[in-house]
Amino acid sequence: MGDITDMTIGLSHFLTVAAILFVLGIFGIFLNRKNVIVILMSVELILLSVNLNLVAFSAHLNDLAGQVFTMFILTVAAAEAAIGLAILVVYFRNRGSIEVEDISTLKG
Amino acid sequence: MIAALAFYAFAAVLIGSAVMVVTSRNPVHSVLFLILAFFNAAGLFLLAGAEFLAMILVIVYVGAVAVLFLFVVMMLDIDFARLREGFQRYAPVGALIGLVLLVQLVMVMIGWSTAPGAMALRLNEAPADVANAEALGRILYTDYIYLFQGCGLILLVAMIGAIVLTLRDKPNSKRQNIAEQIARAGSVTNVAVPTGAGLKQLGIRRPPLPEEAAPKPIEHHHGHGGHH
Repeated sequence: MGDITDMTIGLSHFLTVAAILFVLGIFGIFLNRKNVIVILMSVELILLSVNLNLVAFSAHLNDLAGQVFTMFILTVAAAEAAIGLAILVVYFRNRGSIEVEDISTLKG
Repeated sequence: MIAALAFYAFAAVLIGSAVMVVTSRNPVHSVLFLILAFFNAAGLFLLAGAEFLAMILVIVYVGAVAVLFLFVVMMLDIDFARLREGFQRYAPVGALIGLVLLVQLVMVMIGWSTAPGAMALRLNEAPADVANAEALGRILYTDYIYLFQGCGLILLVAMIGAIVLTLRDKPNSKRQNIAEQIARAGSVTNVAVPTGAGLKQLGIRRPPLPEEAAPKPIEHHHGHGGHH
């Protein structure tokens, strides 16, 4: 596996896609430094790439533990999105904007 | 062959929509591209043989999380143009860090190899004769039951947290105060009534009925147009 010339899809193909997705997620966090909503979406992309890695290794090793872990990551990601958006709504109610740099006023 | 073509199609659309999520000018478009990305990731999961997770991804992510994002983006009245002010300024830094990270990941992918004992260390080998969902269910409810319950607990805490954070009660809204109502003094007395005995026979005190209003005398108006 891992040979590009033959058309069979192997582990390395999945890992490449997941790596690109991960880097795109990181890039999105830097690119949209002010917009918390897009930052949360970038975090979702990162978690998706991790899930893709786990599923690919699970299929490669024929081991179901990876898929179980993927399910747990999905759960945590859903909870994180819900809490993050709830905090965002409350923050917007209080300040009228969602700029990340304003959040530093919370200290002290 | 078809699987390979499907893989490349799914992967290309996944990466393209991820790029659009990150760079899109309008956050509503970002959310819609995120939904597209999740659909294509579900396709990749299917190709990897994880059918149950593919369905979960579509149902949970597209059905719940992405719609949640959409609700919040559309509900909040945010000046998105102002949020994009530093877009060009941060792009080189992000590109640099992303590039460094990508190079590191590529180096890992070139250099890694499977450990010789990896196959012997598998925790839950997938059985050959049952479908993916059934195989997952068999181990999820037995070997991983505590983690599964922990997941439920996390979701419960997240639900309570989200409700507590966003619930606000208006000070002038009228609602029933049950404790105050029950503790009201002297209004209600409990009396033991034998079964089958009527209230009037026992002479139980009841608040006096209001005086029945005398029926209005029927008047015959002759001046109002005269329906007789």
